[in-house]
Amino acid sequence: MIYLDNSATTIPEPSVVNSFKQVAERYYANPSSIHSMGAEVERLQEKARTQAANLLQVHPNEIIFTSGGTEGNNLAIKGIAFQYKKRGNHIITTEIEHPSVYEACKSLEDHGFKVTFLPVNEHGVIQLEQLKAAITKDTILVSIMHVNNETGAIQPIQAIGKLLNDYPKINFHVDAVQSIGKVPLPLKEERIDLCTFSGHKIHGLKGTGLLYVKNNIRLSPLFHGGNQENEVRSGTENVAGNVSFVRALRLLKEREKISMHDMKEQQILLLHRLSEIEGVHVNSTIDGAPHIINFSIPGLRAETVIHAMYEAGFVISTQSACSSKRNDISRILQAYGLSEEIAKSGLRVSLSYGTTKTEVEQFLQRLEETIIQLKEILE
Amino acid sequence: MIYDHILIRYGELGLKGKNMKQFLIQLQRNIKSALWAFPDTKVRRTQGRIFVELHGEDADAILTELEKIYGIHSMSLAIKVENDLDTIKQGALTALKENEDAQTFKVSVRRANKGFPIGSQEMNPLIGAHILQNIDGLNVDVHQPDVEVRIEIREHATYITSKNIYGAGGLPVGTAGKSLLLLSGGIDSPVAGHLMMKRGIQLEMIHFHSPPFTSERAKQKVLELTEVLTSYGGPIKVHLVPFTALQQEIFKSIPEKFAMTVMRRVMLTISEKVCEQVGILSVTTGESLGQVASQTLASMNVINEVTNIPVLRPLVALDKADIIEHSQKIGTYDISILPYEDCCTVFVPKSPATNPKRETVQKYESRVDFTELIAEAISEIETVRIEQRKALADDFDELL
Repeated sequence: MIYLDNSATTIPEPSVVNSFKQVAERYYANPSSIHSMGAEVERLQEKARTQAANLLQVHPNEIIFTSGGTEGNNLAIKGIAFQYKKRGNHIITTEIEHPSVYEACKSLEDHGFKVTFLPVNEHGVIQLEQLKAAITKDTILVSIMHVNNETGAIQPIQAIGKLLNDYPKINFHVDAVQSIGKVPLPLKEERIDLCTFSGHKIHGLKGTGLLYVKNNIRLSPLFHGGNQENEVRSGTENVAGNVSFVRALRLLKEREKISMHDMKEQQILLLHRLSEIEGVHVNSTIDGAPHIINFSIPGLRAETVIHAMYEAGFVISTQSACSSKRNDISRILQAYGLSEEIAKSGLRVSLSYGTTKTEVEQFLQRLEETIIQLKEILE
Repeated sequence: MIYDHILIRYGELGLKGKNMKQFLIQLQRNIKSALWAFPDTKVRRTQGRIFVELHGEDADAILTELEKIYGIHSMSLAIKVENDLDTIKQGALTALKENEDAQTFKVSVRRANKGFPIGSQEMNPLIGAHILQNIDGLNVDVHQPDVEVRIEIREHATYITSKNIYGAGGLPVGTAGKSLLLLSGGIDSPVAGHLMMKRGIQLEMIHFHSPPFTSERAKQKVLELTEVLTSYGGPIKVHLVPFTALQQEIFKSIPEKFAMTVMRRVMLTISEKVCEQVGILSVTTGESLGQVASQTLASMNVINEVTNIPVLRPLVALDKADIIEHSQKIGTYDISILPYEDCCTVFVPKSPATNPKRETVQKYESRVDFTELIAEAISEIETVRIEQRKALADDFDELL
């Protein structure tokens, strides 16, 4: 089986799984306990936190361990909204956010917040002028993803940060779940106040992740209780998960340069070859992230292609795994201004480090054959 | 062309005459030790200069480490080129372009290699003209330039630098002997230690702990503080003194008012004995005048009576706010404020004497014989060596 659905989730690294197992078995004490066993576990977790901070070049106090992307995004958005609601009630985000941002913002509308959903151009990128025009004196949060999970489109985070320099009251949240290890994002340099990361997208485990929260920013917690994680996230710490996540992060950073280069080569190959296949509409661009390639085959239902490819030994997907079961039409591709026919038949191939050129070539060849076969049947 | 060297200059060291060589050797050793995480770097010492050869390692990360090392006056990232006029011109241009905001510049050529055919006075205008021809909007200012392009023509190669980064100053740790630092876990003592390191002092730590009144976490905290300080001056030994029995005896037999004073006297007595054992000639404390009861001048007078080795108090004239700022700068503050009981906070008398008299304290002390308990505490000292590299290396590393 050739696994090309890495944006849905990645294959856990064996050593990361092993790390989880070791910690779960050996360091089971509660890190908040006063006795020395607790102290030992606390020290392990803090060492993990420090390592994560070093890898991201931030301060350990700025790391909040979470259960992953959805929690990180919800905590960032609702945390800022409720903490700073006295300063203003306006939030800006985009039409192409992941559901955990999009729906979190929608839910705030019921609490009296006003949300602007910025449109994107035909390449899936927002326009800075539109962002600037949307800012009001009530704006307290701008939440914009770095890399789109369906198409790989990259938002101009650096330029947005620069623009927001003129608005010190606005908190800037970036959902970097899809971008870490694929597209560089120096947190300190780019005026980012909050940034979400997830473990299972980087060969770690489900239920792990972290939220970067710049010093001096307060968040209203989602969970109330024992005041763990700097009083922002109550609940007994998932030490095994956190340690395993940090290990995955270290491994990712160590091979980042090489894997980005490899993925770029394969992205070029994929985009080039897909554009030559008759009846294929390529939705991703060469400027996008190197690991996500989205295309449509108008006339063929996405689901049919996925099943046919799976039979042949290739795992690919439609839109995002989180929305694909519910809805036929991709909200993201619609936001691109694409026709319903194309937005309905979007397919996603997503790579990771370890995806080889041979695998990509095999995939392309098989896809071409499949399209011909399916079209013959339908005609 | 990319930067492949860091050129290191030392200021005060130049004044040290005959000891110069030892100072340089120590500085070189400290630099090597601080760059443990960059195995491809080489630290070379030639003709009164120290160079760090980068060999592809991350220059910015290395500079961050070097900025902590005492004995370095300033540093520059240097390009190494052949002793050839055209190559030097090209290199100078590259080096200058690193300074994006520069509007004025000057060129300073030093020709250590007199075999090079063009003299330094002739070289200056040659290089300057080349830069002016190739970069628009730049002017020469020989008095207060934004950027100084320094070119050193040496025997085998020419080094070109343009950015000057200031180092920590001071003297290389290890060139001024050792001092034993009383480390409690609070904010002050690590700062005191750091200040002594600036004058070339190598530290050993002494920590008094009182299990079960103090926890493992408190001990861990002291080791972590030490770990932070190793990045400024290499490995440090920590002597952990079990203090429970003595502390209980003191608070049982001495009137509460004077217990704190006697406790400090006992600590100093033990510290002096440890100094004798390991061959150290001074004790350093984090005392600052008037901060707490034990730190009044009267109190220092009484405490100091038990020893005649120098007790160095680098913080004595500093304000608390300055000490806190310093501890934040060196990275010990966040650890220091962790709320674990230490031996100075467990037994705190309600109203300690702020103006104790030697005679009074002597009188109370003479009623108790601490000799045996002191000997026992010393014999049970646990000594831990904190390494600069992965100071607290442990089972955790394989999990992360």
